[in-house]
Amino acid sequence: MQPLTLGKVAVRCGILAVILFVVVVIALKFGAVPVSLYGLGKDLIRVLIGRSSQISSEYGMIIREIRLPRIALGIFVGASLSVAGTSFQALLRNPLADPYVLGVSYGAAVGSILALVIEPHVALRPEIAAVFTPIGGFIGATFTIATVYLLGRYHGDIDSKTLLLSGVIVGSFFSAMILLLITMLPSSSTRGVVYWLMGDLSTPIPPILGWVLRVGFFAGFALIYLTASDLNLLLAGEKEAMHLGVDVKKVRLVVYLSASLLTGLAVSVSGSIGYVGLIVPHLMRMIFGTDYRMLLPAAAFGGAIAVVIADTMARTIAAPSELGVGAVTAMAGAPLFIYLLRRRLA
Amino acid sequence: MERGAQDGSRMSSEVRLSVEQVSYAYSPNPSQAPIFTLEATSFQVKPGEIVAVLGPNASGKSTVLKLIAGALEPLSGRILLNGMETYLMGPRLRAQNIAMVQQESQLLFPAKVWEFVLQGRHPYGKSLRFETEDDVAIAKKALGDVGAHHLMDRLMDQISGGEKQRVILARALAQQPMMLLLDEPTLHLDIGAQVDFLHTLKKLTLKQKYAVVIVTHELNLAAEYADQVALMQKGKCLRVGTPANVYQRDLLEQVFQTQLMVEQRVNGRPRVSVLEKVE
Repeated sequence: MQPLTLGKVAVRCGILAVILFVVVVIALKFGAVPVSLYGLGKDLIRVLIGRSSQISSEYGMIIREIRLPRIALGIFVGASLSVAGTSFQALLRNPLADPYVLGVSYGAAVGSILALVIEPHVALRPEIAAVFTPIGGFIGATFTIATVYLLGRYHGDIDSKTLLLSGVIVGSFFSAMILLLITMLPSSSTRGVVYWLMGDLSTPIPPILGWVLRVGFFAGFALIYLTASDLNLLLAGEKEAMHLGVDVKKVRLVVYLSASLLTGLAVSVSGSIGYVGLIVPHLMRMIFGTDYRMLLPAAAFGGAIAVVIADTMARTIAAPSELGVGAVTAMAGAPLFIYLLRRRLA
Repeated sequence: MERGAQDGSRMSSEVRLSVEQVSYAYSPNPSQAPIFTLEATSFQVKPGEIVAVLGPNASGKSTVLKLIAGALEPLSGRILLNGMETYLMGPRLRAQNIAMVQQESQLLFPAKVWEFVLQGRHPYGKSLRFETEDDVAIAKKALGDVGAHHLMDRLMDQISGGEKQRVILARALAQQPMMLLLDEPTLHLDIGAQVDFLHTLKKLTLKQKYAVVIVTHELNLAAEYADQVALMQKGKCLRVGTPANVYQRDLLEQVFQTQLMVEQRVNGRPRVSVLEKVE
């Protein structure tokens, strides 16, 4: 009997952080301008300790202004989607739950697009304008997961297959909405269809939005992480959890809102990158077990690593053209989904 | 009224659970007439005592158990555990005092036996807590108490039904409760495992002075292990008393709608057997 300790969680997260660092260095190296790995590692540490001015000038601009922001975006988007998926899996008691599969990402995309459309028509201070799209995404995500949850309930219990089907149907409705909105609107104001349907990290975001994303991620993650041991029991069933002292309604509400926040944030800055919330939690479970106190931070690091790798592949596979990062995650994720579904039904 | 209150305080030293004139009505939507009602039900459980709730399907046995567990709000009456109303306790306080053993839902991801038993320590932790050495010691002792120490490192879905029920009981013991509630704990067990389980339960109840309420269909096992039985039918509690008092042939025949024979055994406990159905 060796229960999980805070020390164990910290050590494993440390290892994952080192892996993430290495992946970031490698991702920085790939691109049109060749850069040495050693120099990059050194420069990255300089950035981390706040001495970015010491970076050598030839490629410093590319690193600081182009590749690093994009990688940072990938890190927070990946971590958000992965933590959201891990949370939905406990909330809905379904290992196949994922913001993309359940249609929540598309709902968030519709919310974000509507926010983008409305924004120029309402005079907003720039700070508020920056959070307008993520808020739209959050509302869209909250609304969608509520709909899918209600449709997926059957005789008061969540039925796994009904839930997944509801997700597919709701998702297809919202993807049609996305097409309709994009077709009706001038392309300059909304970005392309592919961006919203498949996800893409190539569009830079304003720095203030970067801060919203970071703060939102840490807030959402912290709220979910505080319920980690409750989620462990919720996985065993709501009745059991209640009899073991879990305030089921409160935990459900907190996790539901926080996971929607994470999804809304990620989608509003990167479109609907699929399957990250499915593949990563599953791999992390195989490595670290199912205890949410370990799984949630592992999923955050894993999601970041996965999306940075996927985006690097998206940038380089067909260079100089670019593939959407969502295409890479879908190619890896869809087969895994089928595998998990077959194994579950077997 | 005054006399009742005095009775309550006089008996509180001895009675642990007091179900007082509790009723309940269930309707799927509030505008419709209830489809199930539980009429005023009363009984008491002392520390170290096992009370079995018996009755045919849909007689209200599980409703009584849920009401005691505080999962349902009584329509009238009240249920007191050491003077506290169970429905009004917060979830954590309730789980520190009342442990439930029920048929387990399917686990989504496989868990080790020791992880499962440690879940019983959850009500004692704050949010995001990691188990202490005390928790581990308590969980180990609980596993030992039910004779399942050797199963510790096995996976929950790789042990037998009888072993599983023991582990579920161990998790309940790890909650260090005053009261144990068991919902058909021997349902899928063979007769040997049933007797094993109830024997362990009886021994622990006497030793740890738990107050125990058990819902079961097993008339003979209830007669053997329960100190009191409550016989229910169609939402009515017909009689509460010792097995010998409650197991009257005509009463049981009327409740279960079948011909039965009731014998008194030498140990004073009754035994029920089914007679051939006369067409």
